[in-house]
Amino acid sequence: MSFYLKGVHIPHFKNTTNLSAVKMTAPKYVSIPTSMHIGAPATPIVKVGDSVKTGTLIAEQNGYISSPVYSSISGTVTEISDMLLSNGKTAPIITIESDGEMSVDESISVPVVNNKEDLIAAIKKSGIVGLGGAGFPTYVKFDTDKPINELIINCAECEPYITSDSVTIVDRIDDIVYAIDILTKYIKIDKIIFGIEKNKQAAVNTIKTAFKDRSNVEIKTLPTLYPQGAEKVLIYHTTKKVVKIGELPIDIGCVVSNSSTIAEIGNYLKTGMPLIERCITVDGNIVKEPKNVIVPIGTPLEEVFEFCGGFTDEPKKVLYGGPMMGIAVPYLTVPVLKNTNAILAFNRTEAKVAKTTACIKCGGCVNACPFGINPVTATKALKTEDLDGLERSGVELCMSCGCCSFVCPAKRPIVQNNKIAKETLFELRKKEAKV
Amino acid sequence: MAASRMYLSISPHIRSKISTTSIMLDVIIALLPTTIAGCVIFGLRSLAVVTVCVLAAVASEFIFNLIMKKDQTIGDLSAVVTGLLLGLNLTASIPLWQAAVGSVFAIIIVKCIFGGLGCNVVNPAITARVFMLIAFTAVTSSASPTIVDTASGATPLDVLKGNDGSIPSILNLFLGIKGGAIGEVCIVALIIGGIYLIVRRVITWHIPVTFIATVFIFSFIFADFDFNSAIIFALSGGLFIGAIFMATDYVTSPSTPLGKIIFAFGAGFITVIIRFYAIYPEGVSFAILLMNIVNPYIETLTKRKIFGGREK
Repeated sequence: MSFYLKGVHIPHFKNTTNLSAVKMTAPKYVSIPTSMHIGAPATPIVKVGDSVKTGTLIAEQNGYISSPVYSSISGTVTEISDMLLSNGKTAPIITIESDGEMSVDESISVPVVNNKEDLIAAIKKSGIVGLGGAGFPTYVKFDTDKPINELIINCAECEPYITSDSVTIVDRIDDIVYAIDILTKYIKIDKIIFGIEKNKQAAVNTIKTAFKDRSNVEIKTLPTLYPQGAEKVLIYHTTKKVVKIGELPIDIGCVVSNSSTIAEIGNYLKTGMPLIERCITVDGNIVKEPKNVIVPIGTPLEEVFEFCGGFTDEPKKVLYGGPMMGIAVPYLTVPVLKNTNAILAFNRTEAKVAKTTACIKCGGCVNACPFGINPVTATKALKTEDLDGLERSGVELCMSCGCCSFVCPAKRPIVQNNKIAKETLFELRKKEAKV
Repeated sequence: MAASRMYLSISPHIRSKISTTSIMLDVIIALLPTTIAGCVIFGLRSLAVVTVCVLAAVASEFIFNLIMKKDQTIGDLSAVVTGLLLGLNLTASIPLWQAAVGSVFAIIIVKCIFGGLGCNVVNPAITARVFMLIAFTAVTSSASPTIVDTASGATPLDVLKGNDGSIPSILNLFLGIKGGAIGEVCIVALIIGGIYLIVRRVITWHIPVTFIATVFIFSFIFADFDFNSAIIFALSGGLFIGAIFMATDYVTSPSTPLGKIIFAFGAGFITVIIRFYAIYPEGVSFAILLMNIVNPYIETLTKRKIFGGREK
């Protein structure tokens, strides 16, 4: 197997590379969903009319894979309603009107950490989830008895436009150093590896300077190749270990965490302020002043765009996240979530979806896939609901990175097909198990 | 900020600039040098043959789609490529109606009724050429260059097979001053086109290089280790146009590098076997056609290993 997995070279559009994050003025209101993480939605503990402050717990953790939610501004709870999630389910969303004070909750205090249990309890309480996009509750990754050989800090940031992670590294390296010190003090971690694409020179230098005396810290500069930041890809490129189908990274001794997540852990351990705001990149071809902005979680996107000078043209497609894996949103009033690392706005010309034509069997999709999945086999097997064909295609491993769709000359919706094929595979397997 | 309707498509939201049409356009551009060379070598009649083939190909796809009430697909330029390739594989002296029949056969019988672009099992231009070789006997393989004073229409391969005629010098073989089909003779022009396609990443080097090298090596062995004969074999007939433009057709060739090498090796080997031991002087078309048919098996055998996949 070759040294690097396959991928695609995509345009960078990193217009905000050297722009330090600026703090946004307090929004007029925030709408904070109770489901901003993988797992069960948090349970609201406030009522309409309650007054809350910055950092007040408004919804508590519900089960093991879940995360508490805190108010990001001070003001009054005006509405608790149901929000439609992208998976079709609904979860409560709490709207808070700002009193303009941004006063901090009195209960905020620096967490006392004396051992591993304290540390994990602190991360659990902080409401921190994977800030790179996945939104997996962070404490769960460390709450394990399995040995951690490598803690891989994901600084790849391989999506176009997004610079919020590398800007956070430069701006908040102290928080990252602090978090790593505490983590390695109480949890046995053999090695820390920073995995970063080599085009992010400022961030690379910052990390190198900050960790130059540590023998257990390694910085791996990787080629600028999408999807470098995908968990399994990054693990392979930094450690040469392969996460097999059905395995978790921890099964092979790896924990992967985004650099911004680590910075947030550092901040929480230092100040006790839970996750209530985050750095996001605001960009796209119609945003007047692209910026990196520190935004209170729950801020409606339109207020963030307004803070960046508004639009130069009518927005026709607005994304949570990057253009390769981001989710298109229906309204400009949707809120910034814990795992939103960028919001991008495009006009009609950029938003247009290319016309799909016949597959010419060029093999571009198979050759672009980091994992060697065969979307052609998957599509064929999907039509006939052929379980064996679906298994052979490897579509089960698809992480929807979009390389296949990106390269397809016939502009076919391969990612979409793969998603359906994957669901069908699971269903057929269940049926077969019953028989 | 008016909340007008927004597009809600699935990711990825950016696509590469390469499209089916741009790929086909690249192939057409790559075929231009050899088309021009063919017209210079065999005269303007060549242009008439090629034009008839292209027009017949496009028209038959257009009419087929119309009758079958399918979306119009002539815009993807694949019919132009098929027509052009077929025309370049014919001799300048062929009756124009025969050229048109070949194009209609390629588009309707080989491509459209199998489901159109991407669904054809074999290469349309190659299959049409083979069809014409059988239907119109020998019209595909004899012609004489008009720019040199030679009355012989025999191709170098005919001569090597024992027919009357003389074998041109290596330089003339390279430049295309020899008998043959319109687009197959000028090796220099074909190589220019091939390099263009490789640089533009439309094709990779695997198929053309393996195909030509295999023919060269086996010709060398079968011709009793005569280096000169092996060179003549490699530069003669439809090898270069076949290896660069026909065997590399996405639809009917493997997609992995190893698969491509196996495919091209097979095609090269069959070509030499036909040239040395069968009744036809030329075997490139048959070789590609046969390898087209086994292509699905090569694809299965050489598929990429799935990263972290189940052990089977």
